[in-house]
Amino acid sequence: MSGTLTYARIVREGVWSNNQSLVALLGLCPLLATTTSATNGLGMGLATLVVIVCSNGTVSLIRQLVRPEIRIPVFVLVIASFVTLVELTMQAFFFDLYQVLGLFISLIVVNCMIIGRAEAFASKQRLDRALVDGLAVGLGATLVLTALGALREFVGQGTLFYQADLLLGDWARVLSLSLGTEFQGALIAILPPGAFIGLGLLIALKNLFDQRAKKGRAAAQAAARTADLTAA
Amino acid sequence: MIAKTQSILLSGAVLGAFAIGGVTLVAVTHGAVDSRIADNQRQAMLDQLNTILPAERITNDPLQDSLQVSASDLLGADSTPVYRARQDAAPVALVLESVVPDGYAGPIKLLVAVLHDGTLGGVRVVSHHETPGLGDKIEVAKSDWVLDFTGKSLTNPPLEKWAVKRDGGEFDQFTGATITPRSIVNAVRDTLLYVQQQGEALYQPSPTAATTSGTGAG
Repeated sequence: MSGTLTYARIVREGVWSNNQSLVALLGLCPLLATTTSATNGLGMGLATLVVIVCSNGTVSLIRQLVRPEIRIPVFVLVIASFVTLVELTMQAFFFDLYQVLGLFISLIVVNCMIIGRAEAFASKQRLDRALVDGLAVGLGATLVLTALGALREFVGQGTLFYQADLLLGDWARVLSLSLGTEFQGALIAILPPGAFIGLGLLIALKNLFDQRAKKGRAAAQAAARTADLTAA
Repeated sequence: MIAKTQSILLSGAVLGAFAIGGVTLVAVTHGAVDSRIADNQRQAMLDQLNTILPAERITNDPLQDSLQVSASDLLGADSTPVYRARQDAAPVALVLESVVPDGYAGPIKLLVAVLHDGTLGGVRVVSHHETPGLGDKIEVAKSDWVLDFTGKSLTNPPLEKWAVKRDGGEFDQFTGATITPRSIVNAVRDTLLYVQQQGEALYQPSPTAATTSGTGAG
């Protein structure tokens, strides 16, 4: 941890360079289990985002109050309370989606990503930074969940954002895309092995991007040096 | 020593305070949304019932007019809720929450609507763990297969034809999955047999109905 901790840096690390799903590989259980469709992934991602922002904020606020030896149980209590709140709210206001995600919402309690951010970041940082970190990490997780869900849904079933109106309201029907009922998907994408394969592909893709970017930067630096030399 | 005791007590108090705070928050929210959740569950159940019942002929609330019956050999569970739909006093249909005990991946929960004349108003799968992409074509969202039951009865097709085509019966199986459709066909047939055996008894306002009515889906 060197350099100043600007918002931009927190966001960059949370969403991309230290993405909890693709780099830290935390919270794999909900990631692998719920991403059978893009809508499910997005719903799970948003629920996780809400919980992580609330828990980061609370943990940051109480960081002076909580003695180190009981911090973990306190974090678990805080997270479990927020997950239950999200679950109840969802049952009350997004009942159709709750029927789809059901069991998995309670699983957010054991998502190590959330307790990991509480322990490694929020318990040592000011409230504003903890909130930004929660947003960034949650956004990063939501992106991965949605991407993996979209990949598996498209390959396995030939649709994208099928039933998105359950989550986002009726306007979201325009998001739904279908290759038609003729399409025979590769079933494996929807089954559990597809989750692992898809996650592997996403990690590989991210590493490829990073390598390209690194090479690009190195090439630019080299070009700048040669330009300096010729100028001299 | 005293310092240590104090420290333990203080930690305990902080932890306890958080536990109380968390529980309070959850309890308050639960109290606030509880009735809304019950309404949602009820509405979801009613919506599902209305797809398999002749809604325009029903004047009572089938969820309030319910009964618990026990016939694990035919209905698959120790206790099966039965909802009675009536037009004024005349019986219209029964909806049974049958369980398919021998699905490919565990029990499958069904809603089976049996009209008063013995034909099926419809069958819906409420929950299952069948293989995605193969056995899950029993969901109405995935395929029309389950709609084939509508209008069938114990005489149409005749009892010996109540089987999937592979077993010489009337009903389609789907590619890659025979066990799931076979077990559902059997369970629907058994439900019809049970309703036939019981006859009018299921429509009687029995004393057990008085105690169980009103629980609905809440």
